Amino acid sequence: MTETSTTDATTNQGGEVVLDVKNLVVEFKSGRQRVQAVSGVTFQVRQGETLGLVGESGCGKSTTGRTLVQVQAATSGAVIYQGTDLTGMKGRALRELRTKIQMIFQDPISSLNPRRRIKDIVAEPLVIWKRGTKEERATKVRAMLEAVGIDPDAAGDRRPGEFSGGQCQRISIARALMADPDLLICDEPVSALDVSVQAQILNLLADLKDRFQLTMVFIAHDLAVVKNVSDRVAVMYLGKLVEVAGSDELYRAAAHPYTEALLASIPEPDPDHASSHKALTGELPSPLNPPSGCRFRTRCPYAQARCAEEEPLLREVAPGHQVACHFPVGPAKDQVAPPAAMAATDAPTA
Amino acid sequence: MPDDKELLDTRSSSKMLANRIPMTAATDEAVLEMQSAAVDGEVLQKKPFGFLFWFALSFVGIVLFSAVLANVLPLQNPNFGHFSELNQGPSSAHLLGTDDLGRDLLARLVFGARVSLIVGFLGVAIGLVFGGSAGLISGYRGGRLDIALNAFSFIILAFPAIVAVIAIVTFWGASLFHITIILGIATIPLMYRVIRASSLAFAQRDFVVAAKTMGATNTRIVLREILPNVIPVMVTFSLITVAGLIVIEGTLAFLGLSVALPTPSWGNLINEGSSNDLLSINPLIMLWPAMAMFTLLWSINLIGDRLRQRFDLREGVL
Repeated sequence: MTETSTTDATTNQGGEVVLDVKNLVVEFKSGRQRVQAVSGVTFQVRQGETLGLVGESGCGKSTTGRTLVQVQAATSGAVIYQGTDLTGMKGRALRELRTKIQMIFQDPISSLNPRRRIKDIVAEPLVIWKRGTKEERATKVRAMLEAVGIDPDAAGDRRPGEFSGGQCQRISIARALMADPDLLICDEPVSALDVSVQAQILNLLADLKDRFQLTMVFIAHDLAVVKNVSDRVAVMYLGKLVEVAGSDELYRAAAHPYTEALLASIPEPDPDHASSHKALTGELPSPLNPPSGCRFRTRCPYAQARCAEEEPLLREVAPGHQVACHFPVGPAKDQVAPPAAMAATDAPTA
Repeated sequence: MPDDKELLDTRSSSKMLANRIPMTAATDEAVLEMQSAAVDGEVLQKKPFGFLFWFALSFVGIVLFSAVLANVLPLQNPNFGHFSELNQGPSSAHLLGTDDLGRDLLARLVFGARVSLIVGFLGVAIGLVFGGSAGLISGYRGGRLDIALNAFSFIILAFPAIVAVIAIVTFWGASLFHITIILGIATIPLMYRVIRASSLAFAQRDFVVAAKTMGATNTRIVLREILPNVIPVMVTFSLITVAGLIVIEGTLAFLGLSVALPTPSWGNLINEGSSNDLLSINPLIMLWPAMAMFTLLWSINLIGDRLRQRFDLREGVL
């Protein structure tokens, strides 16, 4: 609603919109109650960019990712890929279109069928759509395995259990790319891996992104990882976006107290360095019964009476930098949100 | 004294240290070897099945073979009584002896195997076809279908199977066909539950989600992604159930509720051998079928167990 007026300004990059997520809501039934894992998330991903999606466990970032590929149904809202709303699609049309959006999972072991051979796993997208002859497929599989750094001669006839986590992740990346996708959803692709392997996989993803002209949504809970790979970062808290900004902007001038706290939690290599940020206390509130007004207010060091009464909407505090907070921190501090009564008449500041 | 002891301690520990250094080198080498071997696939070579497995397999093979070819094999008529040769011990004319009516025990044993094997394997086949496929679909789809099938399986399972079978056989008549059908139906919910549980576990793995995003149809996902993972459980559980059905058939026969005499089955052979004081006159009548049944059940269970071990994949760990 009010967000839509600002969306044009949020894009600091060129390129057409590949993925347009509008007011996405995902609910789960929990007994008689309904839990909103994602409550009204709106964002866009443009051709060639990497959008980082961060937040702590249970904030709905993985659910959002799964809804983007439609393995999780949306309760309401739209996931528009290249002008087509995926949420209403069924049957063959959906199966065909969703191949353009592929996913990399957190657990590389679980993402490969333990009883199938590597070359069959990687060839699967081609086999499903009957692309090419047997020989052409085999050549493609070899090329793709080489592209992700797996020796096709040694690996082709083996099964996933014989590989390490990092190797399995490479294989599952190869499989995803065999489907010839435009958009790659990476759901915490490195959080289960050793730190030394994490860097390799991240570099591989960056290389492949250039080589195959991919657009990426990179989901993670580690801001340090996200900063390195993302052009823009969206921060989620309890099913809602709290801040969206260019990656550098976000790290330099975080405007939401939650982002500030997340940044403060990145470990500092200097033991004498005293954190200037206030550490976050308390637990994530239950999504069964989210706090009124601003969902972060129960843990926010700056919370005031207004935060409990009125829900802050995403608004622009700098070009391409949106925040959902009445009292943003950092350089955006001076721009206190206008009172609710005036909000409608005020044009968004740029 | 304390000095001595200390000295001794340091000495022994230094000795141990000295020992340890070449040992670590050796283990390093071993580790390296193992790693290179792993690359060549040698370490992953599978454990041999062992003598017992092959013994069990050949026993089941012989029983199956002779039961199928019973009409062709040079066996005597299982129902023909040689009235001059009652209750004889093993001889060249009758390898396993004769019973109280002079019938050849070997022939009766081999023909009797047919009933046990047909009931066991056909019953499980019925269970697999219906219960297995329902379990696969139910575990994968979940939702209302799963709830409905689940409830239905509980209802069938709630009947005490043997009592139900006895009741049905009493009314419907005891024939091989009826007993196979009834026991097959009784197997369906068992198969359903075991395969559903296994299918459910795999349906939630990421590779199933990956298959969906690649555009695989539900049929393809069930057949290509889930079924191969469920098959080991299927095979093992089927074999155990075959053994179970053979026992149930034996029980029914012992109660006189299986195939009608004089058609032999292992169960009613045991029944015959134990009645009318025959056990003290000619224990062989009961001994042979009892031994055959025992060895067959043991063999089937052992094969199932060894196959399960072989099927168990080493899954990678993080």
